[in-house]
Amino acid sequence: MQPKTYSIFSGHGSKSGIERAAEVIFTICGFFAVLAVASISLYMLISGTPALFKVGILDILFGSTWMPTAASPSFGILYVILTSIIGTAMAILIGVPVGVMTAVFLAEVAPPKLTKIVRPAVELLAGIPSVIYGLLGILVLNPLMYKLELKIFAGSTTHQFTGGANLISAVLVLSLMILPTVINISETALRSVPQHLRSASLALGGTQIQTIFHVVIPAAKSGIVTAVVLGTGRAIGEAMAISLVSGSSVNIPLPFNSVRFLTTAIVSEMSYSSGLHKQVLFTIGLILFAFIMIINISLNNILKKGDAQHD
Amino acid sequence: MNTNTVKISSSNLNLYYGSNHALKDVNLELYTNKITAFIGPSGCGKSTYLKTLNRMNDLVPNVKIEGEVLLDGENIYDQRVDTTLLRKKIGMVFQQPNPFPMSIYDNVAYGPRIHGIKNKSELDDIVEKSLKGAALWEEVSSRLKKSALGLSGGQQQRLCIARALAVEPEVLLMDEPTSALDPISTLKIEDLMDELKEKYTVAIVTHNMQQATRIADHTAFFLVGEIVEYAPTTELFTVPKDKRTEDYITGRFG
Repeated sequence: MQPKTYSIFSGHGSKSGIERAAEVIFTICGFFAVLAVASISLYMLISGTPALFKVGILDILFGSTWMPTAASPSFGILYVILTSIIGTAMAILIGVPVGVMTAVFLAEVAPPKLTKIVRPAVELLAGIPSVIYGLLGILVLNPLMYKLELKIFAGSTTHQFTGGANLISAVLVLSLMILPTVINISETALRSVPQHLRSASLALGGTQIQTIFHVVIPAAKSGIVTAVVLGTGRAIGEAMAISLVSGSSVNIPLPFNSVRFLTTAIVSEMSYSSGLHKQVLFTIGLILFAFIMIINISLNNILKKGDAQHD
Repeated sequence: MNTNTVKISSSNLNLYYGSNHALKDVNLELYTNKITAFIGPSGCGKSTYLKTLNRMNDLVPNVKIEGEVLLDGENIYDQRVDTTLLRKKIGMVFQQPNPFPMSIYDNVAYGPRIHGIKNKSELDDIVEKSLKGAALWEEVSSRLKKSALGLSGGQQQRLCIARALAVEPEVLLMDEPTSALDPISTLKIEDLMDELKEKYTVAIVTHNMQQATRIADHTAFFLVGEIVEYAPTTELFTVPKDKRTEDYITGRFG
């Protein structure tokens, strides 16, 4: 028989003080994130909705005249909304194919030595502050666009010259900025495709390229869609860089027009706005917020669908 | 058919993974419309040898292969060989069932499609013929558009066989095709193999000696990268010439 050594009862019950304290701290931290999201949502709703009713929902959303400081002001932001949608869509159209191809290169094609050079470069791209992208756009893109503009619209009397600060510049900067997001997430998705699927395709006489396009990319589809959605979120929320290169005046989003996005509208006007004008800017914020929410919800749905497929 | 026509013959085949000499002077002949089994303990090189026959080992980094493998008299390691044509001629079924995450139909049609067949009715015919050839048609004909991942392990493996048959190979390499399956599925695949050899030349790696005796016409016993003995199956299992073969098949090691 073993002698009794120590009792398993303690003075503090089943958990020690440190355990309890740690639990409380973790819980508070968890709630803090929820609190932040909830309060931001609430704040945006409270401050963004009044103007909608004061000006009229249709007048704001579908009005095409933006004259917030005129004697009889007009607050139509249709062109601003369109600019954000079209600008983002075009950036996705350019950035996603390039990004996915880069990811394919990194995950499937590149020899390890080359991967070691390209991947850090991509990671660095993600770390560059957005204002730097804007500066680069001013230095490189805008002069280029101005030359193009002078050529295309030579002799035009209706075109308002922008000096190259136009929608194309903004789109190109945006597509560059979403690259790291698209590349990193797509590459992870491609790498997680099991090796045995590649072997199966090669053993059937498939070439490497056929294997990539017919097996690997389809198998990584949900990851690549995630990359696209997150890229969209990044593009639509970007303000700093594009405010520098887009010319920032409200116009129809045509390639060579100087344009204003939802984000840049807030950035460029908030400092001098007051009264109803300021409230409308908050409404613009609310619309942007709604876009981001829609993107996030659709992302969650995609991820859920992806999980369901694996079950 | 009792005459043995040589389909594949390898002579003085050596394979190195880096400094590891994994196959040593392998000389072996596979006969047309026969099943040849490769047996031996884990790591003896039998799977490695199988993969040299359709050059899947090319994909392994730092691999070096010497010697020659003749397929109908053509050296498959010749500079002029297009591996996609080679692998179209020599199909492979892997240890783990590895269907693509797409429909049953698309799995089988994958091979013909990448080899350029686009005609829908032609594809339909190939899919039906291949699934029948793999004894799976009855079970899946009503759900061809459903995901292949919804099939049982045994069905998935027969689907992989159908997928290999769809490119009309002449040789079928099977790398322990039943090791991940339950006994009933295993039996189905063994029955199937008997039918397959009517049309194809089959090579199978197996851990299961009973399986070799049940299905194979010839059996090769591998040990640390060498072929110890290669003979008609009944001969190898009843009157082994080499002491090591006898030790292995009587279960004294391995």
